[in-house]
Amino acid sequence: MLSKKNKEAFFNPLSKDNPVLVQILGICSALAVTASLEPAIVMGISVIAVLAFSNVIISFLRKTIPTNIRIIVQLVVVAALVIIVQQILVAYNYDVSKKLSVFIGLIITNCILMGRLEAFAMHNTPWPSFLDGIGNGLGYTMVLLIVAFFRELLGSGTLFGFHVIPQWCYNHGYMDNGLMILPPMALITVGVIIWVHRSRNKELQEN
Amino acid sequence: MEELNLFIKSIFIDNMIFAYFLGMCSFLAVSKNVKTAFGLGLAVTFMLVVTLPINYLLNKYVLQEGALTWLNSATGIDFSSVDLSFLALILFIAVIASATQLVEMAVEKFSPSLYASLGIFLPLIAVNCAILGASLFMQQRDFGSAGTAMIYGAGSGIGWWLAIVGIAAIREKLAYSDIPKPLRGVGIAFIITGLMGIAFMSFLGIRLG
Repeated sequence: MLSKKNKEAFFNPLSKDNPVLVQILGICSALAVTASLEPAIVMGISVIAVLAFSNVIISFLRKTIPTNIRIIVQLVVVAALVIIVQQILVAYNYDVSKKLSVFIGLIITNCILMGRLEAFAMHNTPWPSFLDGIGNGLGYTMVLLIVAFFRELLGSGTLFGFHVIPQWCYNHGYMDNGLMILPPMALITVGVIIWVHRSRNKELQEN
Repeated sequence: MEELNLFIKSIFIDNMIFAYFLGMCSFLAVSKNVKTAFGLGLAVTFMLVVTLPINYLLNKYVLQEGALTWLNSATGIDFSSVDLSFLALILFIAVIASATQLVEMAVEKFSPSLYASLGIFLPLIAVNCAILGASLFMQQRDFGSAGTAMIYGAGSGIGWWLAIVGIAAIREKLAYSDIPKPLRGVGIAFIITGLMGIAFMSFLGIRLG
């Protein structure tokens, strides 16, 4: 159930083999939804769900899919799952689904999905594939949350919409940095996170 | 004038990379030298110009609420309340994937020199978020005609092209600079893209006509 290999499939993506920081996959959506924490969490959960289930489905089908058309089969499975997620969001959390707008749809072209399906689910049994999906999804969500935490805290002084920077700071001249909310700062934040991550994991550094 | 405005806006202000981060994966992976970056930019622009009008027509005559009313007189059934827009994702991605395949075959047959320069990039494009993203934005924005959608596609594509060639040129020069080790490669590419994004923000508020 939880052999060494399965544990690796689950824990490696959290730091050593993180999909965003190390494999540089799925950046598109990782940056666009991180202006505040709430959409980031919803996006993370959606990606975990789609990734885990598409991994399982493709892993079940892996022996019957002809190699020539596997990309299309994978795309269709992922697209169907994304539509389910999108409809659930529209039904139960309309505000957030408005905020995420097209980015839920763009989970389909999230490179993490195609990457994991190609590299893992096509060669492994359903249970490790499921763990791999959850692990990669969590690794992705973690980065999303770190970026969103700093952007929301520094950009609007709130966390999950609650004011956390006390009023006396503002009275003494502290100002929210509006630049953090704007798109370019997401890139710079991720750049800095990669910097920190690579200085702690020396084997990842490039020459 | 309206179209020109949309064109300029989609190149500079609503730039796919700097404003929406679409197509970042290939943007970072293929921007190590200017020549390949140029090829990929060309391929992306080309695919946007081809797929956006198709998806526009699909959205207008099949997917939208009431889009199927043109079937009414032929079949005698009232289609005006049918709303298929939840199928948009799956149809758009199917159009993009098959268009990629068709364009690849057509280019290979009619223009071997172009095929040689685009070559490996064409198949990659099916999973480039910039293409699907542009189709989804197009669906949200309600353009007036397929021509307008095509102009939007061309503008977004050229904006993406500009961005990737720009970053590739900077990264080529960076080979000679002394960057802290952990920041080398991807890290610095992210930060430069961010700085370029801030520069592009100076185009905000441009309005023509």
